Amino acid sequence: MTKNKTVVNVCMGTGGMASGGAEVLQAFRAELEAAAFPAEVKEHCLAHRVGCRGLCAKDVLVDVLTDGSVTTYQFIKPDMVPRIVTEHIIGKTPVAEWQVGEDYENFHQKQVKIVLSDCGKIDPEDPDDYHAVGGYGTARDVLTEWLPGEVIEEIKASGLRGRGGAGFPTGLKWELGRKARGDIKYIICNADEGDPGAFMDRAVIEGNPHAVIEGMIIAAYAIGAHHGYVYIRAEYPLAVERLKLAIERARRRLFLGRNIFGTTFDFDIQVKLGAGAFVCGEETALIASIEGQRGMPRPKPPFPVNKGLWQRPTVINNVETLANVPYIMRRGYQWYASHGTERSRGTKVFALTGKIKNPGLIEVPMGITLREIIEDIGGGIEGGKKLKAVQTGGPSGGCIPANMLDINVDYESLAKVGSIVGSGGMIVLDEDNCMVNMAKYFIQFTQEESCGKCVPCRIGTKRLLEIMERITKGQGKEGDLELLDTLSNSIKVTSLCGLGQTAPNPVLSTLKYFREEFEAHVRDKKCPAKVCKDLITYSIIEGACKGCGACLRACPAGAVTGEKKKPHKIDPDICIKCGACFEACKFKSVGRD
Amino acid sequence: MARITINGKTIEVADTATILQAAKLHKIPIPTLCHHPKLTPFGGCRLCIVEVKGMPKPVTSCTTTVGNGMEITTSSPYLQELRKTVLELILSDHPNDCMICEKAGDCTLQNLAYDYGIRENRFQGERRTYAKRDNNPFVERDLEKCILCGRCVKACDEIQGVEAIDFGYRGFNSKICTSYEQDLDCEFCGQCISVCPTGALTGKLWIRKGRKDHQEEVDTICTYCGTGCTITAHVKDNEILKITSKEQTMNEGWLCVKGRFGYRFVNSPERLTRPLIKRNGAFEEASWPEALDHVAKRLVEIKAGYGADAIGGLSSARCTNEENYAFQKLIRAGIGTNNVDHCARL
Amino acid sequence: MTNSIREIEGMEVIFIVGSNTKETHPVIANRMLKARRRGAKIIIADPRKIPMVKFCDIHLQIRPGSDIALLNSMAKVILAEGLQNDEFIGEKTEGFDAWKASIETFTPEYAEKITGVPADEIVKAARMYGSSRKAGVFYTMGITQHACGTDNVSALANLVSLTGNIGRESTGINPLRGQNNVQGASDAACLPNVYPGYQNVEDPAIRNKFEKAWGAPLSPKAGMMSTVMMNEAAAGKLKALYIMGENPIITDPNMHHTVKALENLEFLVVQDIFLTDTAKFADVVLPASCSFEKNGTFTNTERRVQRVRQAVNPPGEAREDLWIITEISKRLGLDMENSPEKIFTEYCRLWPAIAGISYARLEKRGLCWPCPAADHPGTPYLYKDGFPKGKVNFVPVSYQPPAEVCDREYPFVLTTGRNLFQYHSGSMTRRVEPIESHAGEPYVEINPFDSKNLGISSGDIIKVRSRRGEIAIKARITPRVSEGTVFIPMHYREAAANVLTIDALDPQVKIPELKVCAVALSTAGP
Repeated sequence: MTKNKTVVNVCMGTGGMASGGAEVLQAFRAELEAAAFPAEVKEHCLAHRVGCRGLCAKDVLVDVLTDGSVTTYQFIKPDMVPRIVTEHIIGKTPVAEWQVGEDYENFHQKQVKIVLSDCGKIDPEDPDDYHAVGGYGTARDVLTEWLPGEVIEEIKASGLRGRGGAGFPTGLKWELGRKARGDIKYIICNADEGDPGAFMDRAVIEGNPHAVIEGMIIAAYAIGAHHGYVYIRAEYPLAVERLKLAIERARRRLFLGRNIFGTTFDFDIQVKLGAGAFVCGEETALIASIEGQRGMPRPKPPFPVNKGLWQRPTVINNVETLANVPYIMRRGYQWYASHGTERSRGTKVFALTGKIKNPGLIEVPMGITLREIIEDIGGGIEGGKKLKAVQTGGPSGGCIPANMLDINVDYESLAKVGSIVGSGGMIVLDEDNCMVNMAKYFIQFTQEESCGKCVPCRIGTKRLLEIMERITKGQGKEGDLELLDTLSNSIKVTSLCGLGQTAPNPVLSTLKYFREEFEAHVRDKKCPAKVCKDLITYSIIEGACKGCGACLRACPAGAVTGEKKKPHKIDPDICIKCGACFEACKFKSVGRD
Repeated sequence: MARITINGKTIEVADTATILQAAKLHKIPIPTLCHHPKLTPFGGCRLCIVEVKGMPKPVTSCTTTVGNGMEITTSSPYLQELRKTVLELILSDHPNDCMICEKAGDCTLQNLAYDYGIRENRFQGERRTYAKRDNNPFVERDLEKCILCGRCVKACDEIQGVEAIDFGYRGFNSKICTSYEQDLDCEFCGQCISVCPTGALTGKLWIRKGRKDHQEEVDTICTYCGTGCTITAHVKDNEILKITSKEQTMNEGWLCVKGRFGYRFVNSPERLTRPLIKRNGAFEEASWPEALDHVAKRLVEIKAGYGADAIGGLSSARCTNEENYAFQKLIRAGIGTNNVDHCARL
Repeated sequence: MTNSIREIEGMEVIFIVGSNTKETHPVIANRMLKARRRGAKIIIADPRKIPMVKFCDIHLQIRPGSDIALLNSMAKVILAEGLQNDEFIGEKTEGFDAWKASIETFTPEYAEKITGVPADEIVKAARMYGSSRKAGVFYTMGITQHACGTDNVSALANLVSLTGNIGRESTGINPLRGQNNVQGASDAACLPNVYPGYQNVEDPAIRNKFEKAWGAPLSPKAGMMSTVMMNEAAAGKLKALYIMGENPIITDPNMHHTVKALENLEFLVVQDIFLTDTAKFADVVLPASCSFEKNGTFTNTERRVQRVRQAVNPPGEAREDLWIITEISKRLGLDMENSPEKIFTEYCRLWPAIAGISYARLEKRGLCWPCPAADHPGTPYLYKDGFPKGKVNFVPVSYQPPAEVCDREYPFVLTTGRNLFQYHSGSMTRRVEPIESHAGEPYVEINPFDSKNLGISSGDIIKVRSRRGEIAIKARITPRVSEGTVFIPMHYREAAANVLTIDALDPQVKIPELKVCAVALSTAGP
């Protein structure tokens, strides 16, 4: 990589691929191979595939590294490639109009990249690329120069906590794993990322699977495990492919297998595909699934660290947690702990989505304010609308209302206001989002993903959902909100696993901060955000209608009638409340109420 | 041993015991639905929750092992309210048809509903309904009554090793399924029926034959193989309605298809009900004195004609010890020969 | 069984030979699964892939009738690897050296040729059984129903003695009884050579004791075993037979021979609950009662005496068997007690091993004999304090091929047995509607390789022929049987396996070789 004078990095994460990254890369390669291309430049030129670099909204993103400087292009299509090659790579003059703008700079300015530091720079399928930036060397050093106990102390001192959601101190978990009695132990990487809108782990594996593998090697060495599993959802085909390739190639270089790095330590990794059950992200269900059983959680204790896979001591770490490990071991605990807050050290990767200008994958130091994330990194709300809330932690999390925007993003602060850091989903909601509907969506998600084992989760969330459905349909009754509250609290207390115990959180936190919105649905039968179809009526504002017929043409149901140049009418019995007339009217004469 | 306190009372139990086992040992009641003493703990019904001092929220007593110094509360208004909510939730997805249910009077769910006085249910909503019936000849599977306690799944796997059924689908639609939802085709041991706490699983043979209150129970021994399982015959009006087996028996309450379902020959219309004597190649009904006199007369004649050793007796491994003893005594002391044997070799 | 059923849970190694436990003793199989969950290893020697194979660690799929070669060679491996129990051999056995010399030729390679089991599998099994000191052997008719049945049992016993795996908890040798009261019928002396409690009829002192107790003179010589009785009846020497609750037409080998025997009798009494195939030959049929209709005791395979209680009344004029026996006895001039409890008390008085058992004690739970005194808790496992004859003998046994071996005319080995759903001659289970609807059809199991060669498909009605007869039966193609072997369950009168079987007998205990005979298969003509 370094020996080439010119390198073209084309984003080929899932986002990049979806925008045509493979074709762009192909175009670059073809162009660099073309007869017209000067041979003396070709020798030092490489078109290179890299993983996600965060701002997927501007894909395909292309970096051109030449003579020590980096130029980033956005929205690149294959037909734009010849010009970049001719003008920039050969002609040494970047194509200014296709370069990224200020918002791209802003997007990155407040980020601190540790886990993602090599993502977007190295070829994820090539271990030598990772090796070249110091990868696997750390594991070699650890295995040859450190004692397992020292590794554990280092991780403990770094303050690294589980990035899967619960935030359990990683060093402590390893210590328990090391101390657990048993001749056979396992390390499992949990890559069953299932929160709606979350894609942190996918991006890490697609962008740099080697960091995860190296983290697993170090973890295995620390706890004394010789077998590792990566449990990854089958819906991540690209991540699975790259991971398998990375493992295979790491094996060939003797980074995995028997006597790795020439030491006496054996360690190998097997990839297990999940079949798409959300609950399999729960560690005991995940274990059951690897064992070939239905993914159903079992009560803890015993904890997996004592009795896990095949009843053996098992340490389960999330992808991001493990990917942090090589960097901590390379640069020392003090460096790592210098990021973040007193109790939440380091950085956290978030998937920033929703009504935000710059959605994408970000890595920020713990303790950054929500405002910095939304306004500085995310560029604020799309379309000049007003921020209403930020949902964090997915179906297990909660909502943080706009007036709490200065809250610090770390485990403790978010928990205090009824939400969680979770695995890193962050959904931005604006005034057009109905909080009741949003809560309903999440409860529907957990209900469908409940494994069915325990009563509160299986039936309780169903009844919660039914109440929410009733409310959003305008059939809410007096007492429903109280019932939601008591039922939610019962489910939290009595459910077997984390899925059920946290399932009511979206309901409870919206009830807490947006109660008036619920009350509007129940008492006034109105949806203030105009989202819940059953609570909206569309009508023509008589004086304002010019009779242009735009609404009539737009209506797919034939609910609008009227003669040209005369005011139109909407038949409420036929109207399907799709809002097409509202969007179509140029004179703001369709009323929505 | 661990010293624990349950409801203020200090007791000592083995440190491998669960809180539920400890409580049971000291006759402290804790409601359960999914727990079965012969199966591994499941922790699904959540009824057995108890409060343990120092733990942030209630824990299931069936899965939590005791620890020295544990202070446990098994009953409090808070726990009762939680349990009641769980029960209401179960009942909100359960057909309210105890009036015609086979299990009425012997149903754990029904008893719990009674104990907790659940008449009004705060949670109304969709109930699972299944149109398809399982056409296997032995086990009636009424999955609408199933509360997914998982006991049948565990019995099938852990006890019988058959794994004919498991949980299928997700969320509210979760259901106990055979593979591809075909009709049940297994060893038909009926262990699943014996552990079902509701009316979801019943023997097809005893549907509508009579509920618990109207049956007499007789403990006896199975009539088939040499294992000698203790069975309980449920009898009404001189008819065996069904066979069960109790947990504390030497067979631990488990039976096989023959033991559980193979009793219907008793009422077969083909049973012999009158002595028969063959005359001119055809059987004719006879009275007992007639038949017995005839047998005695012929045996005496043959003994007189050919000697006692021309007579033999074959006894039965399906008859009782007393009958076998009497039979060989008859052959040996009554007839005077040792020509007596039974089917031990067949 | 030398062990009780509960002890199975504690075994380290379970060695099942010639027992289709999961189908014929399902509830005992459940205990074995429980042991397995606790870490027990399971070895199975059986010609078929029986359901229990799913749970075993080693399956030795032997050719029918080759048990001795397998067992002797396992013993040889155990000796070669020094896994034998020298202390036990030295203190509690006799004849070790002579026996050791006798198995010299049984190398695993030699045994492989006879049994068809790879030599290294035999070695693995021998190591597994031989290195455990808490192992249980289980067998049924797969061991005994051979012309060399006695030798098979001896070979097993030698293996047990070699490792000393007997006389302790969860350690022993366990024949599983196939019928609910085989143990009891044997204990109660429905056997031609002994009085109740295995007391020799040819011993004058013992005879004297029983003559006194029963108030009648008794024959000084042992009688005939059932298979011999059939032969003698066919030969015209046995004139009258009183059969209580047996159906030899279906259950005895070589059905045509049995028919001839029964037809040849001058007088046949059959006492049963149904008009069985045997009862049809009777001169008098006496309607009896089934176990739900009477009181008494059964003794199960672990020697546990348990109470049988009446649940319903017999139908019509059918009567308890005990009543029928005592009524006949009375007419022959012998008065007997006529209540089960009084009979049982008399029985207990005459056999010291059950002297401590009474109906009162059995009320709550059964007791395993020996139970010599009223305060004795019963004996879950035997030989804790040594063996009845002091020491056990090593008995040299050599392998002999079955009485009938395959040839060009009869190229397949037929082996017979039970299936899960039906029971014995089927007179009870075949009258249970759901069982009959599920498993009411006779079938022959054929290996897919053989069926392909013969052009037979699953469901075809084919002909199975032996030197003794022929039946038409539905083919079931299944890898449960190995190539060259076919299996027919014994329950189905309409395609009775025992039309085909051979009446070759073990020379000592006269058990028939129901597990091996030679047959030919052909597609049924039009």
